[in-house]
Amino acid sequence: MSTQSQTRSDRNPTEDPLWLKLLLGILAMLFIAIVLLLPLTLVFKEAFAQGVGALWTATTEPDALAAVRLSLTAAAIAVPLNTLFGIAAAWSVAKFDFPGKTLLVTVIDLPFSVSPVVSGLIYVLVFGMQGWLGPWASAHDIHILFALPGIVLATIFVTFPFVARELIPLMTDQGREEEEAAATLGASGLGTFLRVTLPNIKWGLLYGVLLCNARALGEFGAVSVVSGHIRGQTNTMPLHVELLYNNYDYVGAFSVAALLAMLALVTLVLKSLLEWRYADELAAVHRH
Amino acid sequence: MSAAGLKLAFPRARHMLPGFHLSLGFTLFYLTGIVVIPLLALLLRPYNLGLERFWSAISTPRVLASLRLSFGMALFAATIDATFGFIIAWVLVRYRFTGRRILDAVIDLPFALPTAVAGIALSSLYAPNGWIGAPLAAYGIRIAYTPWGVLVAMIFIGLPFTVRTLEPVLNELGLDVEEAAATLGATRLQTILRVVLPSLLPSLLTGAAMAFARGAGEYGSVIFIAGNIPAVSEIAPLLIVTKLEEFDYAGAAAIGVVMLAASFVMLLALNGLQSWAAKRR
Repeated sequence: MSTQSQTRSDRNPTEDPLWLKLLLGILAMLFIAIVLLLPLTLVFKEAFAQGVGALWTATTEPDALAAVRLSLTAAAIAVPLNTLFGIAAAWSVAKFDFPGKTLLVTVIDLPFSVSPVVSGLIYVLVFGMQGWLGPWASAHDIHILFALPGIVLATIFVTFPFVARELIPLMTDQGREEEEAAATLGASGLGTFLRVTLPNIKWGLLYGVLLCNARALGEFGAVSVVSGHIRGQTNTMPLHVELLYNNYDYVGAFSVAALLAMLALVTLVLKSLLEWRYADELAAVHRH
Repeated sequence: MSAAGLKLAFPRARHMLPGFHLSLGFTLFYLTGIVVIPLLALLLRPYNLGLERFWSAISTPRVLASLRLSFGMALFAATIDATFGFIIAWVLVRYRFTGRRILDAVIDLPFALPTAVAGIALSSLYAPNGWIGAPLAAYGIRIAYTPWGVLVAMIFIGLPFTVRTLEPVLNELGLDVEEAAATLGATRLQTILRVVLPSLLPSLLTGAAMAFARGAGEYGSVIFIAGNIPAVSEIAPLLIVTKLEEFDYAGAAAIGVVMLAASFVMLLALNGLQSWAAKRR
């Protein structure tokens, strides 16, 4: 930090001049403020527009509670199943060699690149009355579409890769030596997993489950297609927000939206904490 | 590569650890039931319908307009996200200032915030009486309920993709080339534009492609702000929903197949981009 001469040769050549720092800094902050922070602020401002009482009423009326219950139920089924799948997929991909591995990993990632509406549509095409299994399900009085099973299936599809894509690179990085040593010493398969693998991957696993859960509770497009929008019965929280908003009940809509936004903020805080505290124990992409 | 060859020569070594058949079996079973079969139900639909009916369902002016809007605006939004994503990633990685970590965490908001919540928030923000919409309306500019509303929502939803793909690469980028450029007399701006930017190009394109793919398929955050006027501000995913509500399964499936085909193409392009990026590093 010499103050005498500010010639160019004196300055650190990889440091931006002050005017550029200010320009880029202000541009970045403005963009983040307008694009990200303003919408978030608006949600809470509108939710409290008519006081805490109105917010409380909107979030505790029976239809809202039914929506909360349905969202939690769907997530409570979808998240453990996808977690189990993520662990199984990562175990097979990271600990063994077999042909077609790259293809398998690509297909696991596929649901991320499919439009949410298409994700719902595929189940309508399977279970709808003109679909493959629709007539059969209907003949046996099994309700999949416009009922909980359809909502769960759509939720599973859109949150499918979260745990797997977190664990696969992490477990591949960690190699096989520790597990092989345990197996050589006579540990059972389950014992090896619980005592050797799980302690190594626990933060990465939590990270994947956290993101999976957030998306499961917040999914809109895919669930919207299969839900049937029956108020108080097949409306999840995001669908309830849509219904209230379209009925010009803005305070109600933003109240339930604020609840979801709170959930998103909690997720962000936990996710950031994991990234800062346990960077070494997460997949390489998150270490920043 | 040689390790894999060794493993093939000694196939027994593969099964040193237990659970191969169980874990792979469950993985394939679950994957087939949840992802592969339902996707096939959509992909095989044009054959069930007959290709002629498929084409006639796709080639109506309303469907073509919705596809043009979804993909066109997604491309526009991805370009804006790539530009500002580069600036934001640069500021977050290279500059040290208080609140940097919080700002960095905020970038993931579009991933965490449910799309319906983002949708109603953006719609209220840009409506003619909204915080941003009102001042713009004074100048006769309308965003909400026009195609520009679609753009705004897609910019929101795509931003984290470009920032998050650039950040790790910027972190790893060595300072030596920048020093070399400076030594050879390049100004700082020249160094950034002609030395740094080209080496970031693969990641920049990867992030933009991800933002594009997400934007093109996006539904929840777009439908509230778009106004959904047929052939003007109606996106393709919404038209699928509309056709389903009219029990026009063939029409819905036809648009769905086009969207899915686009997803496959994007996935291939992304794989290509990523291996290019890996080679450049």
